[in-house]
Amino acid sequence: MSDKKWIILGLLIFMVLFLSPFLYNVLIKAGKAAPMAELVLTPKAKAAKECVMPTPYMRTEHMQLLDEWRLKVVRGAQRDFTNAQGKTFEMSLTNTCLDCHSNKAEFCDRCHNYASVRPYCWDCHLDNPQGEMK
Amino acid sequence: MNKFYLSSLLAVLVLALIAWVGAPALPWLFGIVVPYLAVLCFVVGVSRRVMGWSRSAVPFAIPTTGGQQKSFDWIKSNKIDNPSTKFAVVIRMALEILTFRSLFRNTRMRMTPEGRLAYNMEIFLWAGALAFHYAFLTTLIRHMRFFLEPVPWCIQLIENVDSFFRVEISYNPIQFGLPGIYMSGLVLLGAVIFLFLRRVLLSKVRYISLASDYFPLFLIMGIAFTGILMRYFNKVDLIAIKELTMNLVTFKALLSFKVPAGISPLFFIHLLFVSTLLAYFPFSKLMHMGGVFLSPTRNMTANTREVRHVNPWNYPVKVHTYAAYENEFREKMFEAGLPLEIMPEDSTAEEGKE
Ligand code: HEC
Ligand code: HEC
Ligand code: HEC
Repeated sequence: MSDKKWIILGLLIFMVLFLSPFLYNVLIKAGKAAPMAELVLTPKAKAAKECVMPTPYMRTEHMQLLDEWRLKVVRGAQRDFTNAQGKTFEMSLTNTCLDCHSNKAEFCDRCHNYASVRPYCWDCHLDNPQGEMK
Repeated sequence: MNKFYLSSLLAVLVLALIAWVGAPALPWLFGIVVPYLAVLCFVVGVSRRVMGWSRSAVPFAIPTTGGQQKSFDWIKSNKIDNPSTKFAVVIRMALEILTFRSLFRNTRMRMTPEGRLAYNMEIFLWAGALAFHYAFLTTLIRHMRFFLEPVPWCIQLIENVDSFFRVEISYNPIQFGLPGIYMSGLVLLGAVIFLFLRRVLLSKVRYISLASDYFPLFLIMGIAFTGILMRYFNKVDLIAIKELTMNLVTFKALLSFKVPAGISPLFFIHLLFVSTLLAYFPFSKLMHMGGVFLSPTRNMTANTREVRHVNPWNYPVKVHTYAAYENEFREKMFEAGLPLEIMPEDSTAEEGKE
């Protein structure tokens, strides 16, 4: 039947679209999709050894933690956060997180680029703790 | 209570349980083998179904119409609802596939208080279906961020549009909104729940609903629900997950057979649901994705009065038309006094003319 060629064409187009992630990675990228660049810890972070909370928690819940900090600071006028180990931190995005992780481009951004997230925090908050304006 | 939706619900819950229990013990099975098999099943299954359709004939020209067919120039015809050209058919199909026009035309029969029969517009199925399908499409495209590295700008654009409403809830027991809320996921879950409630609460729809209607609904509900859970409530290690998905699409997973550590079982439930959906797809009503293109009531030109449609399957029968029959037996029929279209004397006159 004359419709057959159109049906096959349609099926082919659909399959190419459906398999496009495979085709793109295998044929165009030749299987060499870059893995995520290694996260770099600053000397200061290395010396501290531990993050504010345990690492598995930080990996998945750091945005939630920041959210809670923001609420406590902005609405509750609390500034200090004490973790389970009894260590106290100032609840601040720039002054705390970016104090240890002052290499935002090699730390926060590497993960975020890989996962395609673009936090809007830096519209207002400084991303360099030394505080120079860029 | 209805055995159809209870059995479907049970099936989905069992799937969740299998992934929950099995994935920590056999991550390579649930993370690598099952997804590959599911994709294979989908590709082969869908191709076979569609190729099967391509071999079947269209015995009759049955375009359904919603308007005046093309006839005389001075009679206004409805070019799209009653398409007489291939181009108009393409427009009609595009409107059908992209905007679900025939669902929009849904009506509901009802008795008015005065006892008259009335047909009311019934657009809720259309609205629910449209929300559901477009939310699903957006979610699907959005997920390409896990399969491409670097993530192309067009995917980022869709993510930005999808998270356009920065809904953030900042109250003491709940802080919600980081990571940003994607509309599509919530609309998808809402729409699929709506479509399910419609099936269960409307008695006429419930009457025609089978387990094969409920199962995909529950499965998609499960997919959306676990997805939302992973994103906003029980967060998972996205970096490890992207490592796994990238290994899958580059086929590196087949060489190493390793699943990165630290992936929550919730993700494996999500993945098993998606794999089940893919594998189940070719054998289910979900094939309407391809079938809608081949619906003869929509994709044929409504030119049944201009062009004779011949069933391509027709066996070549030797026909003896009435005209030939009358030619053959005219004299005898005349003598027997049977009604004739052409009288014997006329026919000789005609023959004489030729
Ligand atoms: C006292 C220094 C210090 C501060 C302050 C700090 N971090 Fe960390 N952070 C670390 C160290 C050290 C590690 C690595 C821990 C490890 O390797 O187990 C780390 C790890 C992390 C990780 C996980 C990286 C990975 O390897 O998966 C994230 C995410 C993170 N930090 C985010 C933050 C955020 C957000 C803040 C602010 C709320 C913050 N950190 C504040 C020292 C710090
Ligand atoms: C519209 C500008 C703006 C944006 C965007 C913004 N913030 Fe803030 N943020 C503020 C202001 C103003 C304060 C109050 C500073 C203070 O009182 O010390 C604040 C305070 C905070 C604090 C506590 C105080 C401190 O020093 O950090 C945290 C934590 C915080 N924001 C996190 C975030 C995060 C995370 C994001 C991104 C998701 C974000 N903010 C985006 C304006 C902004
Ligand atoms: C281990 C990788 C990793 C590191 C390191 C990391 N993040 Fe993230 N971050 C993520 C992921 C993944 C998400 C998004 C989760 C999602 O999309 O569900 C995210 C989301 C966020 C969000 C919410 C973004 C939004 O608007 O949706 C903020 C804010 C954030 N990260 C801040 C930080 C800061 C500040 C740092 C550095 C101190 C940091 N992150 C380091 C992985 C990381």
